[in-house]
Amino acid sequence: MTAAGKYWRIALGVAVIAALIIVPMNFNRYGLYILSQWTVMTIAAMGLNLTLGYAGQVSLAQGAFVGIGAYAAAIMTTQGMPLIVALGVAIVLCFAIGWILGYPALRVQHHYLAFVTLAFSTLAFLVFRNEDWLTKGIYGISNIPRPNVLGFATNRPLPFYYFCLGSLGIVSLAMWWLIRSPWGRAFVALRENPVRALSLGIDTRRYTLMAFAIGSALGGVAGTLYAPLTQYIDPVPFNLSLSLDLLMMVIVGGSGFFFGPFLGAMIAVLLPEWLRFTQGYYLMLYAVAVMLLLIYSPTGILGILDRYLTERRTKAASALRAVAKSRLETAP
Amino acid sequence: MTAVLEVSDIRKSFGGIKAVDGVSFDVHEGEILGLIGPNGCGKSTLFNCILGQLTPTDGEVKVDGKTVTGLRPSELNRLGVSRTFQLLQVFPKLSVRENLILAGQEHQGNMVSRLFGPSDAGLSAAADQMIGFFKLDHLATEAAGGLSYGQQKLLDAAMAFMGGPRLVLLDEPAGGVNLTMLGDLKERLAAINREKRATFVVIEHNMEFVMSLCTRVMVMAEGRLLAMGTPSEVRANPAVIEAYLGH
Amino acid sequence: MSNLLDLLVAGLATGAIYALVAVGFTLLWQTSQTINFAQGEFVMLPAFLMLAVMHAGAPFWLAIILGILLSLLLLGLGFKLLLVDPMLRHGVLPLAIATMALAIGMKEAVKQFFSAEASPFPSIVPAGDVWILGRVVSLQSLGVLALAIAVVIGLTALLNRTSIGHQMQATAQNPTVARIIGVPVERMILLTFLINAFLVALASLLITPIYLAKFSSGEVLGQAAFIAAIVGGFNQVRGAIAGGLLIGVVDNLAAAYVSTQYRAAVPLILLIVIILFRPQGLLGRPEERTV
Repeated sequence: MTAAGKYWRIALGVAVIAALIIVPMNFNRYGLYILSQWTVMTIAAMGLNLTLGYAGQVSLAQGAFVGIGAYAAAIMTTQGMPLIVALGVAIVLCFAIGWILGYPALRVQHHYLAFVTLAFSTLAFLVFRNEDWLTKGIYGISNIPRPNVLGFATNRPLPFYYFCLGSLGIVSLAMWWLIRSPWGRAFVALRENPVRALSLGIDTRRYTLMAFAIGSALGGVAGTLYAPLTQYIDPVPFNLSLSLDLLMMVIVGGSGFFFGPFLGAMIAVLLPEWLRFTQGYYLMLYAVAVMLLLIYSPTGILGILDRYLTERRTKAASALRAVAKSRLETAP
Repeated sequence: MTAVLEVSDIRKSFGGIKAVDGVSFDVHEGEILGLIGPNGCGKSTLFNCILGQLTPTDGEVKVDGKTVTGLRPSELNRLGVSRTFQLLQVFPKLSVRENLILAGQEHQGNMVSRLFGPSDAGLSAAADQMIGFFKLDHLATEAAGGLSYGQQKLLDAAMAFMGGPRLVLLDEPAGGVNLTMLGDLKERLAAINREKRATFVVIEHNMEFVMSLCTRVMVMAEGRLLAMGTPSEVRANPAVIEAYLGH
Repeated sequence: MSNLLDLLVAGLATGAIYALVAVGFTLLWQTSQTINFAQGEFVMLPAFLMLAVMHAGAPFWLAIILGILLSLLLLGLGFKLLLVDPMLRHGVLPLAIATMALAIGMKEAVKQFFSAEASPFPSIVPAGDVWILGRVVSLQSLGVLALAIAVVIGLTALLNRTSIGHQMQATAQNPTVARIIGVPVERMILLTFLINAFLVALASLLITPIYLAKFSSGEVLGQAAFIAAIVGGFNQVRGAIAGGLLIGVVDNLAAAYVSTQYRAAVPLILLIVIILFRPQGLLGRPEERTV
């Protein structure tokens, strides 16, 4: 990467972050709600992107982990405990369950893994619905309080949006660190060629379980934000279709790309709003758009961008070589 | 001379077929042992049994006197046993340097230090040294997938040395490599053997390569050990000539 | 004891329908590595096609024929040409995800163009009870069971007794070799898609009178078919049949003997146990993993 390219990237990053802070200041309640929802879904999709995109393990259970996180937050904060404690509990709980759910991945691959996680997802939904003593069943939990952060109340939509945005920022930094660490490299090795990875001393079992556990824990983090965002939860949003939606977000954005989940979640959360004028048809249009995109580029939107950039780079490189060659030929 | 690797009576059958049928040998510190034999004689299966990729039906493998049969390939690698594969196995999307760092990172520190420590696991200098050693300097930041076949083969071999192994098993390192590259590869392997006192076992079909590089050669046929000796002894062995010409 | 017999008959009847759906599912997997997450919606749709034809004034028998033909066209030919063919070169997972999108699209389309409410659907088996061995058995259960069994037997005969069936099996087991020995592989693959479309249309015809026609009814059905296919053996037609019958019976027994709240959990737990301890399924061959 050239130095100029690097500065452009930093400038773009700063501009996007500034826009995310400044532009929503005069948004109405609903606009802020949608944006907050985007941050929450992005965090959940980032977790799945780690498991699926980087480590190559299919999971259809991410929605269940969002549910576990949301119920942990709802149950504990309505009992008067601070959200940060609920966050800790959700992370530990989802990490542990994700670790256990990773065990089948050591024995089976691909579609079998998809079905094990699918079954888990449905089982989790049954627990949310049926264990009334804990989750209040189909009646749901209402009046979920929003937290005080560093002495600031986040009851109003704008402060709560900033709270979500800040959380997304922290999660992004942590994820960036993880992906660039030796662990990130090991995850990619696990996805690309597990046999070779093993022969290089990479304990593929431990890394597989870690990929599941960390990805699931991020689902839990998203859940602990979801509960105070909606302030009311019942089992319905956490059924299998949430897991499928999250999977589509990751794939549509570009699985294995750092910014894939940001883009995928944006499309999944905002597109329905933009397609509002089509009334009931928006989900149908979304489904068709996803299919067309996948036919054109199975690596999602960032996959298209990546292909375009690689092509331009090789073209530039071959142009340079041609110039060098012609100079050699014309030289006396 | 101490034995780095002791293989005793390894057997492996697939269904009714005995791919490896009772092979025993020792590899001494600092030597380069060649392993030759006709296609399908069980060389690669033997490698896979030694390295834990396959579980042998019977027999025992010791590294530095310690029994390692049944260990997983990753555990064996961390004990200092490294390998290359018959088919090219580099990570095409990672750069040359990243490939080498990946190949060495699990030998540095522990899981926690690898997560919170530097992103190169402190291996950039070592990787660059290895890149220089294998004369890949101008390619350090290129994606491995963009290299020529011969260059990828060099990288593949270089990756096996990143962990500072005591013992390296190379499966057809010269396969498909052109002549100039072949000279480079042989010379580099010999240099590592001299400088680092690393011990090699090399499967190879290229006789010239084996006979000039190896200090000892072992011949397999139909899952069994047929002959063992210096290159000139093996070349003169009538049973070996029979095995090669008879097929 | 008597209750148990009723449960068994009812279980086998739903199980036979699951088996039809599961067989189609495994056929698609075998011949073209398609994991069809929309399989449940494939069962949901034909009933609506038939209802649409009936709303246009056609009699039931004509609606059935047209419904099946439309299913062959949309769910067989259309599905293969428009989605599977262009996606197949991208690999198993992107295609599987595309079928998830398809499932959403189909559900929404039915909801928008037809109705979000459940609609009644006529039964091809007359309502009523018959007395067998001094016991009352629902005629509908018996009829469904008989029809489904007849189809399964017919399909097995097609696969095992006819030359086309042998060619299809060859295609499923090893397309490269099949091509070399002169099997028209492309045509055989298309045929499996048509058979799948026929099977789901039939399943739709049999199950919709029991559960009503609703845009979301595919979710449960699809899951039951996945579970049946995996429990029986993902790569065996007879495995899918056995799996379907088993899941049908287990489902009905669970409904009677486990709390209604957790009845849905029983097949899922069965699925997890099978995948962990016998991933090739009860009757399946282990799939070789290439190193």
